[in-house]
Amino acid sequence: MKLLEVRDLQVHFETDKGVNRAVDGLSFSIDTGEALAIVGESGCGKSVTSMSVLRLLPTPPGKIAGDIRFRGEDLSTKSEREMRRLRGGEISMIFQEPMSSLNPVYTIGRQISEAVRLHTGANTRAARKRAIEVLILVGIPSPEKRVDEYPHRLSGGMRQRAMIAMALACNPALLIADEPTTALDVTIQAQILDLLRDLRKRTNTAILLITHDLGVVAEFAERVMVMYAGRKVEEANVADLFAHPRHPYTQGLMDAVPKLGQVRSGKMSKALAEIPGRVPDLTQAFEGCVFAPRCPRAEDVCTHLDPGLEEKADGHFAACHFAPKEAARDKA
Amino acid sequence: MGSYIFRRILATIPVVLFVMLFVFSLLYITPGDPAAILAGDQATQAEIEAIRIDLGLDRSFPVRFVEWSSGVLRGDFGVSIFTRLPVSTMIQQRVEPTLSLMVVTMVIAITIAVPLGVLAAWKHGSLIDRAIMLFAVLGFSVPVFVIGYVLAWTFALQLGWLPVQGYTPFSEGPWPWLRSLLLPSFTLATFYIAIIARITRATMLEILQQDYIRTARGKGASEQAVLFVHALRNASVPIVTVIGIGITLVISGAVVIESVFALPGLGRLIVDSILRRDYPVIQAVILIFSFVYVIINLLIDLSYTVIDPRIRY
Ligand SMILES: Nc1ncnc2c1ncn2[C@@H]1O[C@H](COP(=O)(O)OP(=O)(O)O)[C@@H](O)[C@H]1O
Ligand SMILES: [Mg+2]
Repeated sequence: MKLLEVRDLQVHFETDKGVNRAVDGLSFSIDTGEALAIVGESGCGKSVTSMSVLRLLPTPPGKIAGDIRFRGEDLSTKSEREMRRLRGGEISMIFQEPMSSLNPVYTIGRQISEAVRLHTGANTRAARKRAIEVLILVGIPSPEKRVDEYPHRLSGGMRQRAMIAMALACNPALLIADEPTTALDVTIQAQILDLLRDLRKRTNTAILLITHDLGVVAEFAERVMVMYAGRKVEEANVADLFAHPRHPYTQGLMDAVPKLGQVRSGKMSKALAEIPGRVPDLTQAFEGCVFAPRCPRAEDVCTHLDPGLEEKADGHFAACHFAPKEAARDKA
Repeated sequence: MGSYIFRRILATIPVVLFVMLFVFSLLYITPGDPAAILAGDQATQAEIEAIRIDLGLDRSFPVRFVEWSSGVLRGDFGVSIFTRLPVSTMIQQRVEPTLSLMVVTMVIAITIAVPLGVLAAWKHGSLIDRAIMLFAVLGFSVPVFVIGYVLAWTFALQLGWLPVQGYTPFSEGPWPWLRSLLLPSFTLATFYIAIIARITRATMLEILQQDYIRTARGKGASEQAVLFVHALRNASVPIVTVIGIGITLVISGAVVIESVFALPGLGRLIVDSILRRDYPVIQAVILIFSFVYVIINLLIDLSYTVIDPRIRY
């Protein structure tokens, strides 16, 4: 049984311009202890996907359909109360904005112990002890002092560490990290990624890493899912994906990445902007392949026939009519 | 922190002095000769002169001001022209109803308005939100005495639940005391509820969009905790500010309400004194209301540092 299994997820937003199909038919799964990365340009539905898992999207205007199972249990049948027990307990989340994701009027320790008290029923003292423990775990110096600090006294990197500490305080089975390093500067980015990788090894927490940065993926995950306009366009093991990207969109992303060695040199940020064209307006109906208007290899067929996701090699899926397929494979 | 409190208290001194100067000048800036007006049409020149001496109008403004303010600082506001009683005695008799009215009004207003505003923000766009905001608009626009008469007619005359008017001192028991204050306090609280609820809703709407609210939900906090622990504390600075600003409106409203509900408080006293042109009493009451305002705003300023740790002076 998969730890998390999402099948045919649809997230639509009711807007003035029509229905925004932010996520349209997305499926993926994560095993216990596994690291899956979701990559894609900004606006392709990554955050919406992760928020839907914990049912944190405002509904309305959002509308979630599809099957989300955690340890085999259908989350759509859970009551709000049961969902709350899951949030921050078995599934926790860290967000992109460390500067604004901590409550400015409470101390770090108070905010971490709140999670502990909610999920373990620990008393104030035990929760505070746990808070200090996790602050040590995430490498915050002089944790006994920091535990009583307010967020504004901490740097961005330290705040993100505090967020991670909060997320890990109740030993989650799954950590959803939505662009955890995007807002940080490069050296701090690398430190936070190292920390997450290290914590994953030590705690066997599965991680769903969301990023728009392929460089981060290469260093972090085992499997990668590339998203475009609310759909999965490619999925593979990290090694396969980097060796043989099969979808033109993925190739475009990779061409934009200077070299893997430069991941930590700070030249990554402009990477994804270099595919010509823009993400389509998802309130408009369209035919065929969603990437066709920007695709260098698009032909007639692409504008009216949706390629659909197909296994092009062992465990390597892509949604493209022209993606190379390994010949010697018997497909079931 | 300690030094901030000290400096903040120090800063109120010029304000208080200015208020005293203004209040004292009332005697001089009102048109006509106050002594002549007070003495009435049939008064002789000697009578007018006596009143002039009474009011201290025979001496120069600075001398008189120094005398008057040093008296005020000792709690001596002079003697009423009309009753010939010491002003401080008259005020002592009248303080309790007004103070009670203000405190009960504030307690009612805050305990009703803040949850209403939070509810409206939480359910924004819903029917309940619109109902609350409609009430808020009405609370603004209907005059206090109209609300007073409607409430008195309903709850006192028709239903007979509460006394129509009059004040029962606290010494006769807290329940009779509270009963005598419920109608006037609710009446006075209406517009106060309206402004506090509106500002609470507006601020909460903004705060609920913040990333740390998402974080709070993400760690499994209940909606109640999200609203009242995580959001409301962050929304408190503007709310507390508006509560402070509203004090002026409560004070001026109290003057009207005391007349409507026949409460023997400072509001009635000042209305009567204005009609009688009893300057020493007028000056004293205005001064007391100003002190209340200054002190409450001092407390509010100090509360900011308690509410929000980022605010440091
Ligand atoms: N609360 C919302 N209301 C309406 N539209 C939304 C909302 N949240 C996200 N969207 C839309 O969903 C799409 C995907 O957004 P998001 O998942 O945040 O992208 P990203 O991949 O950058 O995380 C965007 O078009 C965005 O405008
Ligand atoms: Mg995002």
